[in-house]
Amino acid sequence: MPRLPTPLTMPQDGSHARALRRRRRGEAATAWAFVSPAVLVILGLSVLPVVWSLLLSFQANDLVTPSRWVGLDNYRALREDPNFHQAVKNTVVYTVLYVPLSIAFGLALALVLNRRIRFVGLYRTLFFVPFVISATAQGVLFSFILDPEFGAANSVLHHLGISPQGFLTDPSQALFVLVAITLWSGTGLCTVIYLAALQDVDQSLIEAARLDGAGRFQLLRHVTLPALSPVSVFLLLWQTIQALQVFDLVYVTTKGGPLGSTTVIVYFIWEQAFKEFTAGYGAAAAYVLAVALLVLAVVMRALRSRDRTPRTKAAAP
Amino acid sequence: MTVTTTRSSPVTSRPAAVPASRRRRHLPFIAWHLLLAPLALLFAVPLLWLLLSSVMSNAEINRFPPALWPSQIDLGGYSYVLGNAMFPRWLLNSVIVSAVAVTSNLVFGSLGGYAFARMRFAGSRVLLVLMLATMAVPFQLTMIPTFLVMKKLGLIDTLGALIVPSLVTPFAVFLLRQFFLSLPRELEEAAWIDGCSRLRVLWSIVLPLARPALATVAVLTFLTTWNDLTWPLIAINHDTQYTLQLGLTTFQGQHHTRWSAVMAGNVLTVLPVLVAFLFAQKAFIRSVTSSGLKG
Repeated sequence: MPRLPTPLTMPQDGSHARALRRRRRGEAATAWAFVSPAVLVILGLSVLPVVWSLLLSFQANDLVTPSRWVGLDNYRALREDPNFHQAVKNTVVYTVLYVPLSIAFGLALALVLNRRIRFVGLYRTLFFVPFVISATAQGVLFSFILDPEFGAANSVLHHLGISPQGFLTDPSQALFVLVAITLWSGTGLCTVIYLAALQDVDQSLIEAARLDGAGRFQLLRHVTLPALSPVSVFLLLWQTIQALQVFDLVYVTTKGGPLGSTTVIVYFIWEQAFKEFTAGYGAAAAYVLAVALLVLAVVMRALRSRDRTPRTKAAAP
Repeated sequence: MTVTTTRSSPVTSRPAAVPASRRRRHLPFIAWHLLLAPLALLFAVPLLWLLLSSVMSNAEINRFPPALWPSQIDLGGYSYVLGNAMFPRWLLNSVIVSAVAVTSNLVFGSLGGYAFARMRFAGSRVLLVLMLATMAVPFQLTMIPTFLVMKKLGLIDTLGALIVPSLVTPFAVFLLRQFFLSLPRELEEAAWIDGCSRLRVLWSIVLPLARPALATVAVLTFLTTWNDLTWPLIAINHDTQYTLQLGLTTFQGQHHTRWSAVMAGNVLTVLPVLVAFLFAQKAFIRSVTSSGLKG
């Protein structure tokens, strides 16, 4: 094929592209080999179970014998079940307390640590360390510390002249004690994430606001917090998802008691499926929770994008 | 590694000329420590108490009011836990499950992530979207059918039931894909045209550059598998197959009055994660912040 003379670089580029194309052709098989383990596990243990769970929620199933189709009975039963209502209520109380408190404490600590302070690293380590400890270990540790008879907490209260408390054994306290334990372990995450985000806050913006005479509070209100808002929305979503799914800590400390005062939704699901062997009923409860989480995520996403649009518009001109 | 070397010294980047108003604010220096130190202590005390009570004698703990400081070091709890109980076995199980999960997430996550980042194949888009969607599925929704799947495979009550579901997570695939996309492709393409296989390119060119992302995947996989209780609780009945977390909570239920032994077991459960955290603190913190900020 006759070819026109071309600049020196051109043929190189052409052959480069051609070589790439040639090599890409036989590549689908390799690509599939690369992704197949991931696809297999994820299809088999995520996609399939999601569908299976939905089917289960319309069935009566005891995990052993073949299941029986019952239509919407499980969902109807959930609507009537006082234990489920209690579980929803407990979960909501827990979430409504834990999420804002952990974010607020985390932000406050991050703002303080972001100053010119010595031992920042040490403080950050101490606040964050409980986060890496398993909920099981936390639960066992705090069942001991808060043990009404042998616990250190009551011992300290005794020295202070305060009467001993029931803590996790007191139906009116247990849920709040669980919130406190999770605050101990979960605040550090918020602190660390806010600290990282504070590094990215545009310093020139702060300088400019300061030159304009903004006070410390105004600076926080009008510069720092808006700059942190994407992170805040993320943390709000993340902590809420974590809170709605709390299980391990409850299992280890209270097993849902006393008197059902700490039965949360996931504990309810686990109990129904693996203790009462009414797996279909458990699956229905799991679907209710999953749909609630989905709605929440969609709402948050909408908030996030609404948050973003005005800023990109402002940046455009 | 010291805990004080951190990258969080934002002040160093600030201009040298500090406005008077700000210089003034640095003066009440101690005030912040007066606030922070007790708070830090509050965070540290439960862990300190964990350590102290694990070396206390049961007699001392069971006194009323219980002692707050051991009068002498008593390792009875540790010898009980290591001698009579099955803790060594549970420790081994936990190590096996976590090690396999970390390794296989690195391997399969890299392979899958690389294919999604660089290779074109039919169905890749659909698969990627599907994978992203499964990241949002809560575990409670899948745990009952996963149990039934594992039962069909005959894996219930074996470590296999703990390993198979954690072989590769969509999170690992997706995180590595994002990282690979951020690398320049020229280097890879040159090697590839010269006849290197994709596997070779991935192994010798891409992965050495991807160390931070691999560390993130390793850290988060280790944390979640080591610390998990829900799934072992469902999948395992026999105590020879327990992981440390499951073993610890069962042990606590059975030895309610032997608190020093329970706390010694608790220390053994927590120690591997704590040691890993203190040695690789930067990687831990980078992992949670990067997955947090980009997630």
